Amino acid sequence: MNKQAWLNEKYPQQEERSQRFSTISDMEIEPVYTPDDLNGSNLEGIGYPGEYPYTRGVYPSMYRGRYWTMRQFAGFGTPEDTNQRFKLLLSEGQTGLSTAFDMPVLMGYDADHPRSLGEVGREGVSVSTIKDMERLFQDIPLDKVSTSMTVNCTASILLAMYVAVADKQGIPRNQISGTIQNDMLKEYIAQKEWICPPEPAVRIVTDMIEFCAKEVPRWHAVSISGYHIREAGSTAVQELAFTLADGIGYAQAGIERGLDVDEFAPRLSFFFDIHNDFFEEIAKLRAARRMWATIMKERFGAKNPRSMLLRTHCQTAGVSLTAQQPVNNVVRVAIQALAGVLGGTQSLHTNSMDETLALPTEESVTVALRTQQIIAEESGVTNFVDPLGGSWAIEALTDRMEKEAFAYIDRIDELGGIIRAIDIGFPQKEIADAAYRYQQQLDAREKVIVGVNSHAVEEERPMEILKIDPEVERSQIAQVTQVKQERDQAAAEEQLGRVHAAARNGQNLMPVLIDAVKAHCTVGEISDVYREVFGVYQDPAWL
Amino acid sequence: MSEEKILRILVAKAGLDGHDRGAKIIARALRDAGFEVIYTGLHQTPEMIAEAAVQEDVDAVGLSILSGAHMTLFPAILGALKERGADDVAVFGGGIVPEDDMPGLAQVGVKKVFTPGASTQEIVDWIWANVEPRSGL
Repeated sequence: MNKQAWLNEKYPQQEERSQRFSTISDMEIEPVYTPDDLNGSNLEGIGYPGEYPYTRGVYPSMYRGRYWTMRQFAGFGTPEDTNQRFKLLLSEGQTGLSTAFDMPVLMGYDADHPRSLGEVGREGVSVSTIKDMERLFQDIPLDKVSTSMTVNCTASILLAMYVAVADKQGIPRNQISGTIQNDMLKEYIAQKEWICPPEPAVRIVTDMIEFCAKEVPRWHAVSISGYHIREAGSTAVQELAFTLADGIGYAQAGIERGLDVDEFAPRLSFFFDIHNDFFEEIAKLRAARRMWATIMKERFGAKNPRSMLLRTHCQTAGVSLTAQQPVNNVVRVAIQALAGVLGGTQSLHTNSMDETLALPTEESVTVALRTQQIIAEESGVTNFVDPLGGSWAIEALTDRMEKEAFAYIDRIDELGGIIRAIDIGFPQKEIADAAYRYQQQLDAREKVIVGVNSHAVEEERPMEILKIDPEVERSQIAQVTQVKQERDQAAAEEQLGRVHAAARNGQNLMPVLIDAVKAHCTVGEISDVYREVFGVYQDPAWL
Repeated sequence: MSEEKILRILVAKAGLDGHDRGAKIIARALRDAGFEVIYTGLHQTPEMIAEAAVQEDVDAVGLSILSGAHMTLFPAILGALKERGADDVAVFGGGIVPEDDMPGLAQVGVKKVFTPGASTQEIVDWIWANVEPRSGL
């Protein structure tokens, strides 16, 4: 019997529970997959782990060598508050730090700016000056931990501060390691925290790529992020496509700067969302690796195999969590985390059950970290390398997502590249359409969220949530005011003038930024220079 | 609904965060439900929102906020509307708002806060039941 005969004769003998079977991204799923569904994904086509095109993993031994980095994103309140959370996470067995900054930092305002009112320390840690940065990393040896910083339009300033703190601690720049998100293209597409328009923003990103390639070789100068694209409501294929299109944009910018692709590509890293749909997510990561390897080799002519490796951080999908029956979120996170691991991630953040309500409490963060530890140390899945490789369903999904994502990339190329595509709102509108479609499916109960449109209950048990003391705002305002009063004002102004000049004349900004933050120039002041020189980007407010 | 004045609603994104998925979905859903919808775009200050509400002569303002600054921004927006003589504009909102903050928001005049999981129909129904066209305009 062949598949078609089975579909025609055997399968219809029993009723289906639904008229249509599709992934959360609305990709239709067939009743069964067979070798006929594969598009060249035989053993030769998919290859071996650690071998081009890396479908099965970027390293040969994967988690038999070492587990992924367990990296919980943390940041709230004052630098001291977050420093304490960092120390707790390190003592609980976490292996890397990941810093969340508050909205004023993410948008380029100091704690004492009127637009910061009510936002200081709420969604992340408040940092306005190098003094705040020193308090944030107090007693944490910067040459011993790797640090991730989630910040974008002000990433250049925060990286300058991190390097300056290392300089002050006497740690050589080639000894510090970490990642800065610094993916401005996805800001215009999805997360929407920006200062200036896309072109100057990509110039600043390229300055950082160049600076890190030369001065801070263990730093990932950009983490090309699908996470926010997905959280904004894209499908899995759109996440894959727009993320890799952004990657192409940065690689192109680096080459146009005169860098050799193999000089910087090995330090490009990625960040994907892991949503509920288990197999779709696993296939997405496998397709992403194969696509990036192909793009690097064939499109950019990379020679170094390390340039072709898509190494990625993953985070479970914040958007999938529910405020209703929040303990259920522990289960969602576990399933998603398992998909990330089976998909072959290098690093993982598991969300906490209470994150739809507030920033997580210590207890819920610990459960989230334990979820990863249980997968790593108890479940046994880490004894296998790409255990789902060779599954007809997984390979067929991988092939299909790759094909559909490449079709999007072709479309973006036709539009003249990712910056042009962003200018006309192409990815933004695709995402908004997908988000709206999904909401309509939820409202029609064609898609289900347990506890929300299925198995809902009347009364909810109130949860203990983390509260940010309003005193945080007052004390951070006092801190920045004091720094501005006590610093050598003439020196600070001179440094801001140098930043202004470098921004105008196209010289790499990083060295002057490091001098500027050492002279206590603030996040807001340097952002104001960007605003003045590059202009301010306004939300086109497309619906 | 055809004989009555079509309600005009401003969907506004307050604060510094860029999470506009919810605001855009609500704006589209309200438009599909037959309301006239104006969307402010991101990163609006309380003054900008109040000014837009007055300029656009809206009957209601739907605020979206996910940055945790609602206890500062919502009262400031209601204050800015009042200063412009527009305190009869119905203000409702949505986002990550803990239960404990609800009474405080009600006290300053926020008529309803929708929390994650609310369906678009629920919001449409609430507007039909609770928003009146502003008189004397």
